[in-house]
Amino acid sequence: MSEPRTDAKICGMGHSMKRKEDPRFIRGQGKYIDDFVLPGMLYMDIVRSPHAHAKIKKIDTSKALKIPGVLAVIDGPTLAKYNLHWMPTLSSDTQMVLPIDEVMYQAQEVCAVIATERYIAADGVDAVEVEYEPLPVMVDPFKSLAPGAPILRKDKKDKKDNLAFHWEAGDKADTDRALAASDVVVSENVYLPRIHVASMETCGCIADFDTAQGKLTVYMTTQAPHAVRTVLALVAGHVGLSEEKIRIVSPDIGGGFGGKVPVYPGYVVAIAASVVIGKPVKWIEDRMENLQADSFARDYHMKVELGAKKDGTMTSLKIKTVADHGYTNASANPSKFPAGLFSICTGSYDLKHAFCEVDAAYTHKPPGGVAYRCSFRVTEAAHAIERATDALAQKLNMDPAELRMKNFIKPDQFPYKSVLGWEYDSGNYAGALKKAMDTIGYDALRREQAEKRKKGELMGIGICSFTEIVGAGPSKQFDILGIKMFDSAEIRVHPTGKAIARFGTKSQGQGHETTYAQIVAEELGIPAAHVQVEEGDTDTAPYGLGTYASRSTPTSGAAAAMAARKIRDKARKLAAHLLEVNENDLEWEPGKFSVKGAPQKSKTIQECAFAAYTNHPQGMEAGLEAVHYYDPPNLTFPFGSYICVVDIDRGTGDVKVRRFVAVDDCGNIINPMIVDGQIHGGLTQGIGPALYEEISYDDEGNISGGSFLDYYVPTSLETPKWETDKTTTPSPHHPFGAKGVGESATVGAPPAIANAVVDALRHLGVTHLDIPITPEKVWIILKSKGVAE
Amino acid sequence: MAKHKISVTINGAVREAEVESRLLLVHLIRENFAMTGTHVGCDTSHCGACTVHLDGQPVKSCTVLAVQADGCKITTVEGLEQGGKLHAVQEGFTEKHGLQCGFCTPGMLMTTSALLERNKNPSELEIRQAISGNLCRCTGYVNIVNAVQYAAEKMR
Amino acid sequence: MIPAAFDYHQPGTLAEALKLLKEHGNEAKVLSGGMSLLPMLKLRLASFEHLVDINRVPGLDYIKEKGGNLCIGAMTRQATLERSDVIKSKFPILADAVPLIADPLVRNRGTIGGNVANGDPGNDQPAIMIALGATYVAQGSKERTVAANQFYKGLYDTALARNEILTEIRIPMPPARSGGAYTKLKRKTGDFAVAAAAVQVTLGKNGAIESARIALTNAGLTPVEAVDAGKYLSGKMPDDKTLMEAAKMAAAKSSPSADVRGSVEYKKEMARVLTARALKSAVQRAGAN
Repeated sequence: MSEPRTDAKICGMGHSMKRKEDPRFIRGQGKYIDDFVLPGMLYMDIVRSPHAHAKIKKIDTSKALKIPGVLAVIDGPTLAKYNLHWMPTLSSDTQMVLPIDEVMYQAQEVCAVIATERYIAADGVDAVEVEYEPLPVMVDPFKSLAPGAPILRKDKKDKKDNLAFHWEAGDKADTDRALAASDVVVSENVYLPRIHVASMETCGCIADFDTAQGKLTVYMTTQAPHAVRTVLALVAGHVGLSEEKIRIVSPDIGGGFGGKVPVYPGYVVAIAASVVIGKPVKWIEDRMENLQADSFARDYHMKVELGAKKDGTMTSLKIKTVADHGYTNASANPSKFPAGLFSICTGSYDLKHAFCEVDAAYTHKPPGGVAYRCSFRVTEAAHAIERATDALAQKLNMDPAELRMKNFIKPDQFPYKSVLGWEYDSGNYAGALKKAMDTIGYDALRREQAEKRKKGELMGIGICSFTEIVGAGPSKQFDILGIKMFDSAEIRVHPTGKAIARFGTKSQGQGHETTYAQIVAEELGIPAAHVQVEEGDTDTAPYGLGTYASRSTPTSGAAAAMAARKIRDKARKLAAHLLEVNENDLEWEPGKFSVKGAPQKSKTIQECAFAAYTNHPQGMEAGLEAVHYYDPPNLTFPFGSYICVVDIDRGTGDVKVRRFVAVDDCGNIINPMIVDGQIHGGLTQGIGPALYEEISYDDEGNISGGSFLDYYVPTSLETPKWETDKTTTPSPHHPFGAKGVGESATVGAPPAIANAVVDALRHLGVTHLDIPITPEKVWIILKSKGVAE
Repeated sequence: MAKHKISVTINGAVREAEVESRLLLVHLIRENFAMTGTHVGCDTSHCGACTVHLDGQPVKSCTVLAVQADGCKITTVEGLEQGGKLHAVQEGFTEKHGLQCGFCTPGMLMTTSALLERNKNPSELEIRQAISGNLCRCTGYVNIVNAVQYAAEKMR
Repeated sequence: MIPAAFDYHQPGTLAEALKLLKEHGNEAKVLSGGMSLLPMLKLRLASFEHLVDINRVPGLDYIKEKGGNLCIGAMTRQATLERSDVIKSKFPILADAVPLIADPLVRNRGTIGGNVANGDPGNDQPAIMIALGATYVAQGSKERTVAANQFYKGLYDTALARNEILTEIRIPMPPARSGGAYTKLKRKTGDFAVAAAAVQVTLGKNGAIESARIALTNAGLTPVEAVDAGKYLSGKMPDDKTLMEAAKMAAAKSSPSADVRGSVEYKKEMARVLTARALKSAVQRAGAN
């Protein structure tokens, strides 16, 4: 699909339609959580633990309660009366809402102050005095999993260790044999540290319990409103919250990236407070609370072994991972995939033998991790295979592009069944890499590098050819807490030919109000400008699992097309009725049915819509609408090749990205402008962890990276001018051949940058560097090799 | 602690309030004056989501006390559109897809509108320098630069 | 991010401001740009009963040459310094530094007085003032001057008394054949320095270094003046080897603490690398003068 099929007026797929959501945002008229003011609204602020592990000896709220305007302090024992002090996580583990007697991570919620004003709530928090008895802290996941380690989860009566779960995929014995038989094996320890989504808007909610009606409305920063509603009904059903009387409203969200999927303790406490007090309770977390207590991602320690023949043919891949989940597994993963889609780790290569296993450890850190723009651990998997691939190229003294070309799954191998069980729908890996190489001038860069090396100048070229796996997912395999991962679209066409379309997903900036309208426009020929898109209100939107893991286009987008086609089928009947012909005598072009052979006899979709209410045939139900719950037959597999050029300052170790070319393939594109925007943003959230961002803990569990003072989010000056391009390899199973794309760049960028830096230092014998690649890390190498300035 | 009576001219209109000394300017704007276009994105004065014009200069309103703004002229994002006509930067951001979630956008608009007042033809580097106090997690800044260049051309 | 409550005063004259400081003693704090103080108050890392806002005190915002000095009013905003022609042409060391301080929005409010009087070793301008041989004018019960290199005592501890307000920074106009440079390594825009070096040199007619002053930012609890390195350079020709040696000597005086920006060893080494680069640039600029 190269040229759009529809004209600019209808504005279907392929048009770079200007966004329908922009008019309110550019005027400052977006409605984000903190913009809502409800009558009688109270404010909640949270007292948090300074210790990573401690007994709570005493909570003294007397001073706080004396402050005029402080109404209550809610603690664990209060919630325990309603059995709400613990709650399930999205991974079927359990998490404290508020502790009874023990805190398990620094910044854990200890109790909550409810006050009449925001400033008074802050004073209240300051005035609460908590006496702690610090306890020994476990921050090392390896030590945590070692035999004899003290048990962290004493709340789990039968637990004898700190293993949250063990998961594996592939044939271990077969892979071990293949590795042993390989001519060459590279082995690297690859660590992806904790990072944070750091969306510009933090998390928050307004819980509003209407005592008279027994109805709870929660305005909430959530990417999955329906799932939240159902979970609340299941968890708090015993205190009288019934699903038909729970309404979750997800308004404009200032960035989600996965961080707004989990149900955080703050939401539950605010809900409890509102239920008890009978007034709306607003809770908006500070940035430091956000960075320190929620939304963290990654923290995977991976040992990667890649085997190959001496001619470079990859034979076998083995990855052993220790995953640091904090004190509870609160990660948002499909239930059968506690390590997410990590088994995509064979990547773009035709590997015949592979095995991966993940051991998840409990530690005294915040729970998690969220799927931060990674489609469930794909960032980790891609980083592992792409780093190993470069290490292999280095060992074989082969050009990394050549090694990749040699091992790519070939176009005629699709649909491709990977040895770890995924069926890749379509791909053209060599095509994407070639395009990237041509655009950046790869051969000339290699020549330049050789010249520079002679003069002692450090320049590196890094490639990442990733395969993503998005659009969870088929009901056979995918559910979260038992709820299947279909998604939905409900479209209703009005008499005057305009339409409203509602979805089970929730945009946090991805432009659904525009792209979904374009899908409907494509299918029905109703101008996208006339299609009103709504998401996020569980009272009106059809059930869905929300937006994360690049799933919206693959699931709800598909549902939109399917629902639209149902509508088109009915419109055909209406047109036939109006034109007094047989349905089969009609031809369709976007927006119009015409009689075959007599094109002047036609009816527009608008005329059909009007007829649905004013002149429908006898025996036909009036109206023109459809709902579709789409169960994807498979995931979709976007892919790309990124090439990064870096120059290294030999005096400071500072890394400058000179150029970055990203070639992405997400199949058929709805709105090219929006896709480019997604790539730009993803690349920037890729250079962040590659060079700048990290959350770490000292031995006492004290956080580093807990505020924007030391959590280094890239500004416009750290961010290069991204160069983007595309290839188009449609998905054969998706209704309009599209794949998701929102996360490709966060997956592909870090390995490209890491590979570039290692490439710059290759000749010094460096085979691997963990991200973030700080200037000091590079300088230490330069110094040890005697080439520092 | 005594409260202070202050008077500010905000988006051309004189508004008064009686405020605590510690009230942050961003809260005066968002809560006392119910103009929620200006956003709070952090607590360490890094993110710039709260940027407004104070006597014509773009500043972080979370790091100014409301009492400090007494007698001053404030322009927020709500004041950019004049008589139904969008400011060139507002148009530029829409034309060039310079926003996604929209949360950093008001701050970006205030910073870039001020930039274009004193620099009619900023280079890419000058634009990036000017917005280096405004964080964005969605756009990767590329289209923001394009949006400002579009606006600059429109204004020339 | 909400400060604890405090009383706020907005004096209209310097005399009024000083009276308030005298009256409230240790419970009072001067508020100038607010870009360091207000973030601390918001995080409740510090608290004061009384804030004395001197933004409405007239006559403290100026850049003028007088009596052989460049006199800068303490309330001069960083953004004003950034646009100043005399600073760009005569004080490249300051012209280098100002665009690297925080970010442009902060620079619209932050003042040079606040930056030099704060006592935070992460602030850039103290080291620069030391390298320039500047003096600060303080107004209390009477007016007095303190040399910049006598001003810094410890962490947030300066020679400024509680009842004093810094009113002016005086920088001697550099003689002919002078040049300066400020090099700063930071993890990202808006962050404090991993290491930074301020260098001001004057060359003699024969091209030898007549005088050199080197000071380091974020290299200890106070700005660090590399006195030995400066003395070493005096009288010598500024060849690479000499400059390298001076940089080494300067770095030896650096005693940074380890943090997210780097280890002690790295920061000390960067002090050396940056001093060397600043020296080279300063000498080049001096030669061009």
